[in-house]
Amino acid sequence: MIRAHVLVCGGTGCTSSGSQSVQAAFLENIEAYGLQDEVKLVQTGCFGLCALGPVVIIYPDGTFYSRVTPEDVKEIVEEHLLKGRVVERLVYADTGTDEIVSKASVSLGDTAFYKSQNRIVLRNCGVIDPDSIDEYIAMDGYAALGKVLTEMTPDEVIKLVTDSGLRGRGGGGFPTGRKWALCAPNKAPQKYVVCNADEGDPGAFMDRSILEGDPHCIVEAMAICGYAIGATKGFVYVRAEYPIAVKRLQTAIDKAKEYGLLGKNIFGSGFDFDLEIRLGAGAFVCGEETALMTSIEGNRGEPRPRPPYPAVKGLYASPTVENNVETFANIPQIILNGVEWFTSMGTERSKGTKVFALGGNIEHTGLVEIPMGTTLRNIIYDIGGGIPGGKKFKAAQTGGPSGGCIPASLIDTEVDYDNLTAIGCMMGSGGLIVMDEDTCMVDMAKFFLEFTVDESCGKCTPCRVGTRRLLEILEKITDGKGTLEDINRLENLCNYIKQNSLCGLGQTAPNPVLATLNFFRDEYIAHVVDKKCPAGVCKNLLSFTIDADKCIGCGKCAKNCPVDTIVKTDYVAPGHKLPSYKIEQAKCIKCGACMAGCKFGAITKK
Amino acid sequence: MKSLAELKAIKDRMKDKVVLREGSNDVRVVVGMATCGIAAGARPVLNACVEEVNKSGLTDKVTVTQTGCIGLCQYEPIVEVYEAGKEKVTYVKMTAEKVKTVVEKHLKGGNVVTEFTVANQN
Repeated sequence: MIRAHVLVCGGTGCTSSGSQSVQAAFLENIEAYGLQDEVKLVQTGCFGLCALGPVVIIYPDGTFYSRVTPEDVKEIVEEHLLKGRVVERLVYADTGTDEIVSKASVSLGDTAFYKSQNRIVLRNCGVIDPDSIDEYIAMDGYAALGKVLTEMTPDEVIKLVTDSGLRGRGGGGFPTGRKWALCAPNKAPQKYVVCNADEGDPGAFMDRSILEGDPHCIVEAMAICGYAIGATKGFVYVRAEYPIAVKRLQTAIDKAKEYGLLGKNIFGSGFDFDLEIRLGAGAFVCGEETALMTSIEGNRGEPRPRPPYPAVKGLYASPTVENNVETFANIPQIILNGVEWFTSMGTERSKGTKVFALGGNIEHTGLVEIPMGTTLRNIIYDIGGGIPGGKKFKAAQTGGPSGGCIPASLIDTEVDYDNLTAIGCMMGSGGLIVMDEDTCMVDMAKFFLEFTVDESCGKCTPCRVGTRRLLEILEKITDGKGTLEDINRLENLCNYIKQNSLCGLGQTAPNPVLATLNFFRDEYIAHVVDKKCPAGVCKNLLSFTIDADKCIGCGKCAKNCPVDTIVKTDYVAPGHKLPSYKIEQAKCIKCGACMAGCKFGAITKK
Repeated sequence: MKSLAELKAIKDRMKDKVVLREGSNDVRVVVGMATCGIAAGARPVLNACVEEVNKSGLTDKVTVTQTGCIGLCQYEPIVEVYEAGKEKVTYVKMTAEKVKTVVEKHLKGGNVVTEFTVANQN
């Protein structure tokens, strides 16, 4: 009889930190101690605390072990599983509150990281085995599909989704129910449901984690959508760079077919639905709905003008509903728990929860799900554990290359669609990149511009040429050759690109520049007028100098210097025996090797 | 899948297998599994607890778990029953047979089996 479950995270984050070998070690040790009939080993999806992986949770206690290595496994099996003693040194310490709660009792729900979360979309991630359809069913899986097919009319389903106030989680925030309602009345021999899993923003991995941790919920939700709009065929467009997600989703689809949850006459209702995966080659523009559909059709992924909207003329010129992974993941829960339950969470115009991928300068890199309207402060400090190294929070980028930054002064903003739009940002798909005081905002804008320049599909001129020109101006500024006039040109060009680009990629590409110009204009001015980078990032605006009075003349910096531009002087500082060194600026490549090697703090960067 | 009944059958069959992951229930049965406990035969006792709780259909109310040394080594194997709002009950010198009685009378019936408790030793 099974008395304990050992859950090992098999998400991409933990897999890359070695969870496969941890799992193998568990298998070996459980057998070595003869516990195979008492302990069950389960590979799950992402728990969310990716920075602390590989993560292992042992139930029924719910003990949360972090950074487990294969060498630790023997101890866990012997102490915890056999003798019932928690291995305290491996238990996740609650860094969010700086308090090491009586460690033996630290279980998942008690930690600051999970306490303020409300996991609806991620409810099964890290709880069930994503490859087991039975475990999904045990957690009420496919009950929503059953309810819809046996008790509800398509119109009732659409009304329920509309009333729930669910909005598209891919970034735009278009009401999901309205999207379905626009498509439903259009008559056509074949209609389609498409799931957009082409998650392309740097730093975003929500959709991947859902597909990896709970693939069946997407299968179920797409079938529900198909029933609501009268479509019998669905496609999931997922990046080929997500091999684990693709594999688990394929397993889920195969299993669902085997169980008759996809295919003909589902639940004896006469409704047929079939699902296929289409792999994307990783072009960012394919996350745009018209480009995505063009790509599914087998053509080069380029957007086309709208209207006609996909609801009228989408995939293969047929009426199509396209929703993002996270949007779909909400659907079964809304069907099962009702409108009132869903609308009880969130703000006036943004209902439910949002999943964020925390990244950048933050303690708990990982995945969190919070009710709409949670403040940024709460996300970064209470759940995210704050900024490492005691540094100051400077800004957070939402929406990746299409979004903007929220400066420290607005840290108490309640995060929802409308509040973020109001301050010139956007919700985006949920990447949240946290930046500390050492980040140069001009450099950050340049980084995202480099990305969009690479990813522009080239179909329309404002985006293809405009973003390139934007990047050139930004490079000029970070090189110290910018003028005040450049800042104005930058702003004008941004607005032009926004107004004239064909698709969302171009229309939003200038956002990182506009947002930084809005909140951090002084940094731009420092770059062009004072020729200084206040954060000390832009190399061409930096100079390294040696304080002759602090230099003891050990010569370590000169040895470290890869371009031999540090030379001995004649000056011996009072109290020192050897002459000091100095940096000849002309040849300096600003690599910082001298500064890193100096034990006496004699070298400064300005 | 032709009917909701079929789906429900799978759910019912699987529910017991994942219920462990919902965390601790109101009633916790804790078996002392330190060296002293294991030497005195705590493992069969632990397994009996898990089995009997399952058999009696109590998995959604009762969590069976282990702990280290309780400090009463001469009375091992020890099984403690924690229930919210009630005083802890400590059963000592347990066997698989005694576990059956405890699950039946205490966990199911709500009556403490006093002849097995620590208070009744000496």
